[in-house]
Amino acid sequence: MSNYFFFIGLPYATIVIVLVGTIFRYMNFGFKISSLSSQFLEGKELFYGSRPFHWGLLSLFLGHLIAFLFPKSLMVWNSVPLRMLILEVVALGFGITALYGLGMLVMRRFKHKRLQKVTTKMDVLVYVVLLTQVISGLWVAYFARWGSAWFPTVLTPYLRSLFVLDPDITAVAAMPLSVKIHIVSAFALIGLIPFTRFMHFLVYPFPYLFRSYQYVIWNWDRKKIRISRKLVNGVRSKNN
Amino acid sequence: MDIRSQIAMVFHLDKCIGCHTCSIACKNIWTDRKGAEYMWWNNVETKPGTGYPSKWEDQDIYKGGWEKKGDTVTLKGAGKFKGLKVLFHNSNMPVIDDYYEPWTYQYEHLFEAEEGDDQPVARPVSLITGDPITPKSGPNWDDDLSGSEDYAKNDVNFKNLTKAEQEAMFQLERMTMHYLPRMCNHCLNPACVAACPSGAIYKRGEDGIVLINQKKCRGWRMCVTACPYKKSYYNWSTGKSEKCLLCYPRVESGQAPACMHSCVGRIRYIGVMLYDADKIEAASASSNDDLIKNQLDIYLDPNDPEVIAAARKNGIADSTLESAQKSPIYKFVRKWGLALPLHPEFRTLPNLFYVPPLLPTMAFVNEEGSYETTSESFWGAIEKSRLPMSYLASLFSAGNEEVIKNILKKLMAVRLHRRAETVGDLPEEESKGAMKDVVMDKDTADAIFRLTSLPLFDQRFVIPPAHREEAMEMLESTADVKGNTGFGFKEPPVRGL
Ligand code: HEM
Ligand code: SF4
Ligand code: SF4
Repeated sequence: MSNYFFFIGLPYATIVIVLVGTIFRYMNFGFKISSLSSQFLEGKELFYGSRPFHWGLLSLFLGHLIAFLFPKSLMVWNSVPLRMLILEVVALGFGITALYGLGMLVMRRFKHKRLQKVTTKMDVLVYVVLLTQVISGLWVAYFARWGSAWFPTVLTPYLRSLFVLDPDITAVAAMPLSVKIHIVSAFALIGLIPFTRFMHFLVYPFPYLFRSYQYVIWNWDRKKIRISRKLVNGVRSKNN
Repeated sequence: MDIRSQIAMVFHLDKCIGCHTCSIACKNIWTDRKGAEYMWWNNVETKPGTGYPSKWEDQDIYKGGWEKKGDTVTLKGAGKFKGLKVLFHNSNMPVIDDYYEPWTYQYEHLFEAEEGDDQPVARPVSLITGDPITPKSGPNWDDDLSGSEDYAKNDVNFKNLTKAEQEAMFQLERMTMHYLPRMCNHCLNPACVAACPSGAIYKRGEDGIVLINQKKCRGWRMCVTACPYKKSYYNWSTGKSEKCLLCYPRVESGQAPACMHSCVGRIRYIGVMLYDADKIEAASASSNDDLIKNQLDIYLDPNDPEVIAAARKNGIADSTLESAQKSPIYKFVRKWGLALPLHPEFRTLPNLFYVPPLLPTMAFVNEEGSYETTSESFWGAIEKSRLPMSYLASLFSAGNEEVIKNILKKLMAVRLHRRAETVGDLPEEESKGAMKDVVMDKDTADAIFRLTSLPLFDQRFVIPPAHREEAMEMLESTADVKGNTGFGFKEPPVRGL
């Protein structure tokens, strides 16, 4: 029963919450979307926390994404044991990097009174979920070894079955506890996006790469105003 | 030619008395809020000194501004590649201790303390943590300390001075100082705009004011790093960056910004400049020797019929053109050539110009130990001035001493002329000779004198109406929003989750 709740109910609830929540927050509370940086109050320890944490986590995220999208290629790669070993060691390395960074971030929050002033309850929840996620991930890596080998055959089909709205949980239900915790906490993490600082990675500034450096805005175009008779009643000008 | 209009400013440093009224006016209106207490969009520094934030001019530390790279410029410490690479931890950003920890005093305690043997006191408490602190630095902590070991000696501009020159500046008899009020320069090539990954910072086409859209800012803080003047600030409470907005609600309705309006020394002038936007890139990428000339050449003569025609074609209103023709900035910067931008080598093309200080440079103690104030050989006095030309050149002309000398001579010539006119104790040849040296006629000298010493309010502040009010009525029927919550920013500005 609880398997149905955690592996079917929770994932779908998460997707709905994230879609509705992030769009609602983006549209209505633009002011409240920010990286909420605390570097200004403490910069040195943040360097040793934020850089390893983000690089580690983003690499792991990318790894999971590849395993999900290209399970076949992953299996081909893993057909040579040495290549699988290298992959596993690298992934474990990123996991440890992320944990180290996260540990630094949490310690730093505890240590500095200035930082406590900008730490909200939701931030604490974020740390709890992230710690659960990263630690359970390392636990899986250690006790349910060779994840890159079984992920494509167990988890990829499960995730795919969710996406095609025909959930099949037989394989996940048989997984060890560590894997189950890792999956549930992942859904919890995603579900928290609209309610926490996690919003900040949805607004990654990709458009910056494609715009010119300088940015000038005309709030109203005098050339158009001069021919105001051309304005149509009830139709807003683009300038305002 | 792509003509645009820009609100520009001149600060006459000879007149600044260092009273900080400007800073307080600004603080009271804009930054007396949680998270913004440490910000001084307008601040006044003592030079020589390290300023606020400490050593802001040292781009080896902060990596602000632009660097010349061939025919163009690149951001020194930010940009598409450099910036996104360090998004998780902004490498060269100043932190609060580079500014100061803001504090207040527990005044309530004076009224609410329990009755006791001791007089209650108002202790200083941090505005961040609320804990009692002993203030050890502040926004103007080095006020008037132009001879101090801790501050003045660490002035970044000394890098360009010889050892002998530096030592001379710290001899008691030669010690000197002047004030440097600073604010956002609303640059033509703003580094803050170029560095913002979110595209939240923009320059307004109509008047050139540079603003941060608070809803689009994501707190990446690249503008704080990129602005070489450190005039973009991070609000640690809301998680958004903020900067001087040139009091645009006041400017739009034709009033001077609060700092200018309240200036006690009346050192501040504001007006419109017309410039050619096509020349921005070339000017900011000029070689060090041409920097000053090319930066100033961007501004066009508002009385030139060709310029007027091109400006009209670009949609610039007649009232704006009229203001540009009366602009005190145009007079100081282009017509009389008396004002220079601060640190043009940062290549942001700032729109705040300074008339360099003459008075503290003159009058030195002679061999007999008395004050040398004779008018004999005035040019000689400029050469021998207390503030080395190379110091002023480091501040205002990217090291070009000739430009500074020329301006000081002009300022001196005006004084000689007025002395001859009003006191009459100078031989006429002398004042005439001085004027001839700097190619200035009597009318110009009188005009400079009037605008410097006796300007009326409306001569200092020549602000065109913004026409936004009319624009609004033409484009939007106010009846449409009847019964609604109103226009504009409707979210309370509090920190997100
Ligand atoms: C997509 C790219 C991402 C970017 C550009 C990014 C950027 C940032 C920035 C600028 C900060 C503020 C650091 C500071 O205090 O100055 C931050 C903090 C944080 N980020 Fe990210 N982030 C990204 C992805 C993620 C992901 C995927 C997660 C986790 C799921 C995450 C979790 C966090 C957390 C927990 C903090 C708070 C750190 C602390 O102050 O203790 N970020 N991020
Ligand atoms: S002074 Fe700094 S903040 Fe102001 S426009 Fe220039 S670069 Fe931007
Ligand atoms: S108010 Fe005017 S005179 Fe006083 S410090 Fe500011 S700029 Fe100088």
